[in-house]
Formats: sequence, structure tokens, C-alpha cells
Amino acid sequence: MNVVQNFPCFSIVLCMVAGILSTPMKGKDAKRMTLTAVTLVTLMSLVTLLYVVSTGESFVYTMGKYPAPWGNEIRAGILEAMLATVFALVMLCSLLGGMDHIFRTVEEDKVNLYFILADLLLSSLLAIIYTNDLFTGYVFVEINTIAACGMIMIRRSGRSLIAATRYMVMSLIGSGLFLIGLAMLYDITGHLLMENVHESMERLVEAGQYQIPLLVIISVITVGLAIKSGLYPFHSWMPDAYGYSTISSSAILSGLVSKSYIILLIKIFYRVIGFDIIVRSKIVNVLFVFGLIGMVMGSVSAIMAKDIYRMIAYSSIAQIGYVYMGIGLATEAGMVAAVFHILTHAVTKSLLFLAAKGLNDASGHKRIFPALQGAAFRNPLAGAAFLVGSLSMVGIPMLAGFISKLLFAVAALGAGSNKVLITLIVLAVSTILNAVYFLHTVIRIYTPVQTPREFTNIHVRMSMGAVAAVYCLIILNFGMGLMSQPLTDLIQFGIEMFA
Amino acid sequence: MSRIRDDYENSLWNRLTRWVDGEADPFAGKMEMEHLRETNYIGDSVYNPDMLDREKIAQYLENTKKNTEMRAFRILYSLTSVALCLLLIAVLLLAVSWLPVLGDPNGPNNNEVSARYIEKGMEESGAVNMVTNMILSYRGFDTFGETCVLFIAATCVIVLLRKKEEKIENARETDWQYEPRPDAILQKITLLLVPVIFLYGFYIILNGHLSPGGGFSGGAVIGAGLILYVTTFGFHKTQRFFNEKIYDRIKVGALSLYSITMIYYFYTGANQIKNAIPLGTPGDILSSGMILPINIFVGLEVACTMYVFFALFRRGGM
Repeated sequence: MNVVQNFPCFSIVLCMVAGILSTPMKGKDAKRMTLTAVTLVTLMSLVTLLYVVSTGESFVYTMGKYPAPWGNEIRAGILEAMLATVFALVMLCSLLGGMDHIFRTVEEDKVNLYFILADLLLSSLLAIIYTNDLFTGYVFVEINTIAACGMIMIRRSGRSLIAATRYMVMSLIGSGLFLIGLAMLYDITGHLLMENVHESMERLVEAGQYQIPLLVIISVITVGLAIKSGLYPFHSWMPDAYGYSTISSSAILSGLVSKSYIILLIKIFYRVIGFDIIVRSKIVNVLFVFGLIGMVMGSVSAIMAKDIYRMIAYSSIAQIGYVYMGIGLATEAGMVAAVFHILTHAVTKSLLFLAAKGLNDASGHKRIFPALQGAAFRNPLAGAAFLVGSLSMVGIPMLAGFISKLLFAVAALGAGSNKVLITLIVLAVSTILNAVYFLHTVIRIYTPVQTPREFTNIHVRMSMGAVAAVYCLIILNFGMGLMSQPLTDLIQFGIEMFA
Repeated sequence: MSRIRDDYENSLWNRLTRWVDGEADPFAGKMEMEHLRETNYIGDSVYNPDMLDREKIAQYLENTKKNTEMRAFRILYSLTSVALCLLLIAVLLLAVSWLPVLGDPNGPNNNEVSARYIEKGMEESGAVNMVTNMILSYRGFDTFGETCVLFIAATCVIVLLRKKEEKIENARETDWQYEPRPDAILQKITLLLVPVIFLYGFYIILNGHLSPGGGFSGGAVIGAGLILYVTTFGFHKTQRFFNEKIYDRIKVGALSLYSITMIYYFYTGANQIKNAIPLGTPGDILSSGMILPINIFVGLEVACTMYVFFALFRRGGM
């Protein structure tokens, strides 16, 4: 067995060990350890990606002595390795970019706890990406939920506590539905390993057995994961959770955590239940409709938001809507577009949050729009980063967001005839709405101040880490926009590998 | 001959030309560009609490007699949630009624997976207790994750509830300062019971591979013993042998040894290297390879976590 094949397992366990060892440490040491661990995970995932691309096939890794249906195993294909690389990189950038905010907003004797949460969150993200077993997926969904909840409430201001409570309630409803679905799925198939469930599922469908439980299972699992990822009617926890937590948490939660559930859902669609059965069950149409509503409603709420963090948070609702719309098209092109948009959104939304924090620092920590006027002159890098992020979200060519919108539009043309027109119209409307609120903010931060206030002559210099993080995310944005073809090919290949 | 309109200043055309000429700031004026009121914003928050008479607003909103909208919303909200819950219950019951019968020998979950656990479990993993075999050896990764769930839950409770030690010392109103309770019966019985409880907890942990039990249940028993002790004799006496430092050491020690064991197990298992931990004879107390040490680590972690939950909720510290 090649050494590289150990890397997915190592990166999951490494994060856990880093979290455990951070317990007795001081905040500074825990920070160093976490950053080292996340960097190592990024490198290991990159090497895994290169290895999988070079061999051209996925591999399974037995977690322990016993082979798959009896023991646990994880599986790494192109898509898994790519998502792990991007997620770890975005995690690193988010932590670096918000580091001073973490040390400022979290109580001094609890900073190391923040890094424990971050480490375990990354390990659970990786495990959800790599898992080949449904119950392992559930265990790590649990870790993910608790860690995310802790990352919201560690700021301990009134609103973040309320946000954490809301997040916990919604997220636990989602987990509960997901677990009920898994239990019933185990009951009718007798397996938890994805391939074996898929095999018996095909047998059951052929024989026409258990049709009603199957329908309930599909809908319960889908709705559970959709609640957890914040699809439109279940989005009410998002603005508070993203708007009032410390900025690294906002970036990580919006960019990565809600996406990990979508990835688990896609995995279940392809590898557990089978995409044909899913399409025949019509559940994708439900996702499609709510995705479309979310695209518009999220943007409308973002236009009405009064402070910059909440605006970005509402924008996330619209972007989740995009992803579900792509899944709902029920074609492979739609799925490729959805996965590409997951990557785009992870890269762009964390950039926007970091930039908003830079602008906020340059405006005396005030977050409402009037106070942000001219902030881009006071903190040029944050202004530029916000500009790039906004243009990418709106969908300006050369940036990642343009490619995902293009992919969505092309995928819509290939979808069933009754979905083409409505998708294109909503896509256009949503793009215009995106432009309204993002460009409105961009113009605002680039408008010179007329009435000087005490903070208008602050000139903020960001820390080295934050500068590096912002540059890295900007480069990623341009990179994904300019070299999209190899990336989409890889995603397509990865999705084909799923089946 | 054209006539100048009286309200030319406000006409659409005039506004457009001024906007094109750049005389008017498109943001100035109507939208939200009223000049900032200096006292309006404090710190990070959007609203200044002084500006709003919150109680008055809350009173008005809560008064459902005046606020009919609120009342309608509440009634609608509760009706909808009850209806949704009933619907969900009905759907799930319907689905359950179509599921295979429980305990059916020909049911789908009586397959080769459980057969191997039952038939070969003892000889492959070395423990007499089948369930322990399955959760700690066959599906060891899941259980490692489950232990991390416990660890992170404890971390979250600490985030939420731990106070600084001097803050706890200064709090005059807390009742734990009046501990230990002057209750002779409770103290005598506790002195008799606690050693037995601890002993039984250790027995469950150490025999986890031989009889029903294991780290999770034994740890819970020990944790309950600790809680009984602290309720009877108070925190000052407990802190002599169990304080935050010792908690951290036990937790980090147990969990890191557990992780090392698991990494070794994963690595040797996946790379087909021979596992150097001897399995021993099934039935002996020192047998079953790595299951016994893992039970001990899990037991320590669970016992500490139980006690810490209690202490944090009661006192805000250990």
C-alpha cells in the first residue's frame, strides 16, 4: 500500500489529536498547534489529490484490522480529496484572517478552547467528506454540530448566545430526522456501508419491496440535511449565527460547515440510494423549488439588511439556494455546477467576511453601512478584497462566481423542458439582486466621507497572517475563474467516480 | 413658448440631469444618508439600548389584547406547529408499519455482518462480550468519534459555564459556600456507599470485555459516585483530590493514549502489519488485546465528564 493512502486517515486523526492536546495549553500555543495541524492537513490533502489524479481511481482505506462491511472504512476519490484540500485551505485562511478578532472577542482563558473546537470541526469536516459508512457520517455530523455551536457561542455576547441556541435547535431537528432516516434505511437494507446499502437498495427497487418506507427515508434524510445546511424555509438561524459570532467562525460556518452537509447529501444521493431512484422519487423537484425561492428571498433580505455582516449572511442563504437549485436540476451538469458553486462560495464568502472585518476595524468597529463610508480608503486591502469578493458573487468574468453562474445556466439548458425557463429567469433576477446589494456596498465603501468623524482618520494595518490569508483567497478566486476548465473536468470525473 | 414648472426643482428631469452632472450624490438624501446622529451607535451593536424604551415596547408587543396581529400570529404559529408535528408522527408511524418485523430471522438485518460478529467475534478480537467486540474493535473508528463527541460536549459546556476562580470566590450568594451540609445521616451513608460505588464502577470497566458493561457505563457509575461525594462533603473537600488541573491531566492523558492506540490500530490494520498487542485467552481478565486499555481510557474520560458537567452547572468551576 502506498504511503499516500494513509494521508486521509492521518489528517482526520491529526486534527483530533491537536484538539485533545490543546486542552491544557495557553491560547498562543494552542493557536500555533492548530495552525500547524491545519497546514499539514492542507498539504496531505493536496498530496492525496495529486495521487488520486495520477492513478485515476479512488481507493478505500480500512480503519483497522477488519474489512469493510464489518469494520469501518474511508474512501478517497478525486472529489473527496479536492474538497478536503479546499476546505482545509479555507479553514487556514479564515483562522489566520480572523486571528486578532478571536483574541479580542474571546475571553482570555478560553482562547485555547476555541482552537479545540476549530480542530475538531476540521476533523469532522474531513471525516464527513471521506466517509464510506453512513453511521460514521452521522457520528461526525454530531461532532460538527456541537463544534459549530460552540464556535458561535464562544463570543458570549447576548445575541451570539441566542444565535447559538437557535442554531442548536434547528440543527438538532435536522440531525434527528437524519438519524431516523438512517435507522429505517438500516432496517430495510441491513447494511451501513454505502456500497452494500446501494446494492440491496437496487434489489429492493427491482422487487418493488418497501416502497413507502423508501420514500419516507429519502424525504426524511433530504429534509434533515437541508435543514442543517440552511435551505430557504429553514434559514432563520443563519443571519444571527453568521452575523454576531467571531469573524473566523462566521467564515468557517458559512463557507464550510453548511456545505459539508450538502456534500454528505450528494454522497448519499449517488453512492447510497442511487441517483436514478432519487430522481424518480421527485424529491429533487422539492429541492429545486425551495432552492429557487431561496435564491430570490435571500437576496431580497440581503438588500434590506442594515449591517454588513448580516448582509453577507443573508447572501449565504441565496447561495445555498443556488446549490440546491443545481442539485434539483437532476442532471450531471447541474451537479457539477452545484459542486463548483460549493467551492466558489467557500472561497468567496470567507474572503467577504474577512474583508468586512477589515472594513469594520477601519470604522471604529461599527458595522452599519453609514459608518462604513469611505472605509476602503482607510483599509485599502480590505476594500480591494471586498471588491473582488463582491464582483465574484455577482458573477463578473475572470472570477470564480462567473464560472459557477455560467455552469448553472448551461446546466439549466440541458435540464427537463419545464425547468429551463424558470431557472434562467430566476438566475437572472437573482444576479441583479446580488448586484444591487453588493455593488451598493462597494460604492458605499469607495465613497469619500463628507462629514468627518472621530474614526475616519484611522488607518488600519492588518496583521501579516490576515494579509496573507486575504491574498491567498483573492488568488484562489481569480484562479478558479481563469482556470475553470481543468477544475470542472476534475469535478465531473470525481462525480463519475462516485457511482 | 415654454413655461417653467413651478416645482422644477423636484421634477424627474432636473433630478436626472443633476445626477448625471454629478452635482447630486446618488446616496445623499432619501435612502439612509441622513447625517449620522453621533450618540446613536455604541460599540459593535446596531441599536443603542438607551434610545428605545424596551420595556414599553415589549409590554405593548406582549399585550395580546391590544396587539391583535401578535395574537393571530401566535395562534396560527401554535396550530401550524402542532399540525406539522402530527403530520410527521403520522408519516413516520405509517413508514414504521411497513418496515420488516422486529426479530424476523429472515429479515434484512440478519445477514453476514451480524453473523460474523456473533460467530467469529471472540476468536478474532478476544473479548467474550460481543457488544464490546463490535463497538471497540470492529467499529473502533465510530466509537473513537463518539468519545470525541463527549470531549467536545464537555468543551462546549466549559465554554458556556466556566467562570474565573476569583469570580466564584467573590460570589457571596451561592449556596455551595455553606457546604458541607450538616447532615450526619447523609455523610455516614455516603462514606459507606462511595467506596462501593467506585469499586463497582472499576469492576464494570475492567470486566467490560468479559461481562455486560464497559468504559461508558462504568465511567458513568464512577461519575455518579463523585457527584454523590461532592454533594455531601462540598467542593472544598473534593478539590483536594479532584480539581481542574487533575481533570485536565486525566482527560488529556486518557484521550491521547486512546488516540495513540487507535492510530496504531488503524495503521497496522490498513497496511496489513501484524498487530503486536497480544490477544490472550478469551475469558481471562488480561485478554482481548487493546479492548481493555480502551475501556479504561473511555471510563476515565466519561467519569470526569459526568462530574465536570455537574460541577459546572452547580458552581461554574471545578
